[in-house]
Amino acid sequence: MNLEEIIREENIVYRRTPLLTDKALSYCPGCGHGTTHRLIMEVIEEMGIQSDVIGIAPVGCSVLAYEFMDIDMIEAAHGRAPAVATGIKRTWPGKYVFTYQGDGDLAAIGTSETIHCCNRGENITIIFINNGIYGMTGGQMAPTTIPGMKSSTSPFGRDTAMMGYPLKITELIAQLPGTYYVSRQSVHTPASVRKAKKAIRKAFENQKLNKGVSFVEVVSNCNSGWKMTPVQANKWLEENMLAYFPPGDLKVDGQLVEQGKTS
Amino acid sequence: MGKIRGAIVVDTERCKGCELCVEACPTDVIRMERKVNSKGYHYAYMEHPESCSGCMNCGIICPDGAITVYRVKEEKVSEET
Repeated sequence: MNLEEIIREENIVYRRTPLLTDKALSYCPGCGHGTTHRLIMEVIEEMGIQSDVIGIAPVGCSVLAYEFMDIDMIEAAHGRAPAVATGIKRTWPGKYVFTYQGDGDLAAIGTSETIHCCNRGENITIIFINNGIYGMTGGQMAPTTIPGMKSSTSPFGRDTAMMGYPLKITELIAQLPGTYYVSRQSVHTPASVRKAKKAIRKAFENQKLNKGVSFVEVVSNCNSGWKMTPVQANKWLEENMLAYFPPGDLKVDGQLVEQGKTS
Repeated sequence: MGKIRGAIVVDTERCKGCELCVEACPTDVIRMERKVNSKGYHYAYMEHPESCSGCMNCGIICPDGAITVYRVKEEKVSEET
């Protein structure tokens, strides 16, 4: 069997989802943002809810997310995406509303909005991309930078005695009664991407139940900010980031998952 | 028994040469082309197309969605024993 016989329309098993626009992604080569964008769009395509989804774009590397996702989107002020999402969801309770935020947006400037939105139990989905650094502005130290990690403002590594500890915001909000589903995933290997997609799918389907916030953290690489190649960055992520931010479900169906039992 | 055959088609203009697909491929099919696309990136191509099983790992890991994966079950001709 030659290649011409294999490469035929009817044999396609995987293709770029048409819900992503034709625009070239503005992200660096190998960036997890592109993978996560695609996962969200694939979930929306599979659920057939393209016309019922409203997304909120953040400020940060993914500020142009509305250019790449072929759905209705709004750009929120820095960190205020959960507040904007609250307004939209309360106006249109029947729509699927999600925010897409990075760690600088969600865990730094928008900590207050995030925590209060989760505490109010708004029926939205929050996708949180955590790469441990302020990627867009040049790799400065973020609240999620792990101890010892080098960044442009912590060139000798994060010293917790002086700079404090990384913010485990996902653990923090899992404790709030307003959250219904809290999960942490990563996108560094094909297996983890498949798992992350399942978590995002669950987070969107939970909106039908009207039980509270569904929160998915996606631990991602930032190879430009970490000064590594994409392949090295994913290895570093697996060895260091995932040790501090262990992947798995933290809260399922409103019940906290016991430590060590995470899948 | 039929053998599973796969193939990939890379959108060479969309590929940014991050090489994550090379790392993700379990059968070591993908390599980076010496030539570059209009943006100056080396793009992925199939070096060993006969080994491809169409597992979709490269398509799933590609951040830019540049890879389309094809898979077909090869039917063995009945005359062969």
